Amino acid sequence: MMDWRAIWLSARLAASTTAILLVVGMPLAYWLAFSPRRWKFLAQAAVALPLVLPPTVLGFYILLAIGPRSPVGALYARLTGGMLPFSFQGLLLASVLYSLPFTVQPIAAAFAAVDRKLVEASWCLGVSRMATFRRVIAPLARPGIATGAVLSFAHTMGEFGVVLMVGGNIPGVTRTVSISIYDQAQALNYAAAGRTSLFLLAISFTALALTYALQRRFWSLWPTS
Amino acid sequence: MANELICRCRKRLASGFELDADLRVPLGESPVTVLFGPSGAGKTTLLRLLAGLDRADSGEIRFRGETWYDSARGIHQAPQQRRAGFLFQDFALFPHLTVARNVEYGAPRGKRKGLLEAFGLAALAARFPREISGGQQQRVALARALAAEPALLLLDEPLSALDAAARARTRHELRRALLDGGVPAIVVTHDRTEAVALGDWMAVLADGRIRQAGPVREVFRHPADAQVAESVGVENVLPASIVAREGGLLTLQIGPARLECVDAKDAFQTGGAGDCPVWACIRAEDVALARERPRDSSVRNRLAGRVQSVLVEGPLARVELDCGFPLVACVTALSAGEMGLKAGETVYAAVKATAVHLTE
Repeated sequence: MMDWRAIWLSARLAASTTAILLVVGMPLAYWLAFSPRRWKFLAQAAVALPLVLPPTVLGFYILLAIGPRSPVGALYARLTGGMLPFSFQGLLLASVLYSLPFTVQPIAAAFAAVDRKLVEASWCLGVSRMATFRRVIAPLARPGIATGAVLSFAHTMGEFGVVLMVGGNIPGVTRTVSISIYDQAQALNYAAAGRTSLFLLAISFTALALTYALQRRFWSLWPTS
Repeated sequence: MANELICRCRKRLASGFELDADLRVPLGESPVTVLFGPSGAGKTTLLRLLAGLDRADSGEIRFRGETWYDSARGIHQAPQQRRAGFLFQDFALFPHLTVARNVEYGAPRGKRKGLLEAFGLAALAARFPREISGGQQQRVALARALAAEPALLLLDEPLSALDAAARARTRHELRRALLDGGVPAIVVTHDRTEAVALGDWMAVLADGRIRQAGPVREVFRHPADAQVAESVGVENVLPASIVAREGGLLTLQIGPARLECVDAKDAFQTGGAGDCPVWACIRAEDVALARERPRDSSVRNRLAGRVQSVLVEGPLARVELDCGFPLVACVTALSAGEMGLKAGETVYAAVKATAVHLTE
């Protein structure tokens, strides 16, 4: 029997994370792609950090940062009456930070690849920076944006260490699919673990195949510059 | 409100190149101003400062009394505020939009209908930029810029992306389109033929400085200094009229003399004698000199002239002749020495018919 509850929770978490990351990640990617600031490399390194940091380390710091004694945790408790650690919201926050580079890097690369002259041409036609972003940069960077979304979704679906540190293992609240697999394997229930693993494998492969298919279509559509 | 563009700007680039331009363009007298100079002179840099795409280190830019840039007062208007249309060398059409969408892109809402028809681009409406020719892309880019109703149009080497044949065809079209557009234009070029064909007024830029500015023919005829003379190519730009057209050759009247040139295109109509004024451009290097009147030569044009001056510059000698009109020849210093060229002597100048280029 597959743990549908855990799968559903993971899907919800991945979808919310991706949505938040698109909103947060686009302006960040824009800044990384176009800012002339000299210390930009520091921000780039900070964004990329989750790629190399052990998930447990990241999870540990997030746990400290959102605990009830931290300013963030205290503020959250005052506003909502709840606590961030071992809750879906806390998990969501951790996922967003953990998957940040998976969204921001492909999008920033796609923004930077947009011919600078097209952007300048738009400005000289009297079109504002915001509208230029909407009408020129975003459409031309669409495959990069799609890649960022797919990667952060797939990455969140499969995350384990951070979830364990921040979310624990509460069925229906923080028990995600990868933790469910771990539990099943620990309980020597290999058949169930195998089914759930296969399901996750299929999802990951589909997501990646989709990403590459999108990119291939992109190049055949716009082979310029 | 003075109808002029004033630009006094300094800008140092990362490469160490420094632009120090002092330019004043009387927009009323000059619908099309040519910014002329060799590559690396700073033409594009200056154009980008005018557009607001780059910011000068110091100075000011004023357009019709409006301050676009003033370092002392900390004013730097964004490109959107200046409304200076910019035509990029490779046109920078939006690849994901059709021709129709490109042209409408910057046009005010409510004025988007009928734009394509007005610019004669209706047939291309649904095509994408990659599906049309270079000449068509150029027309689309110009239409897109004009549709946004700019106050000033800036064109960066607008013909350089076209092949030679399209360039010759497009020059006069572009001039007409710029005049029809009714927007003052500044055109960057390093091509003399283009400068003469497009501009009313011209500013010569060399090594980051404006060396001379004035009506195009004035600058070509009287270069202010040697550097300007060198950068405008010491060309012979001669007022001429077409007096006959026969067998693929045109006969020109230049002062008291007649020259033949190849009838390259149908752009010049001849009616009665002498009623079609054109400019004949002859490169000084294309003028050969001889002591005796050349006989049995394939060269169509042989002119007697009096040597006005001989100026030796390194391996070359610049010889000014009076053939009834001023003609400059550039020969090797060795030949000039062997021929013993001196002021006041009579020589014969030979110019091949293919070396005479006409422009309106």
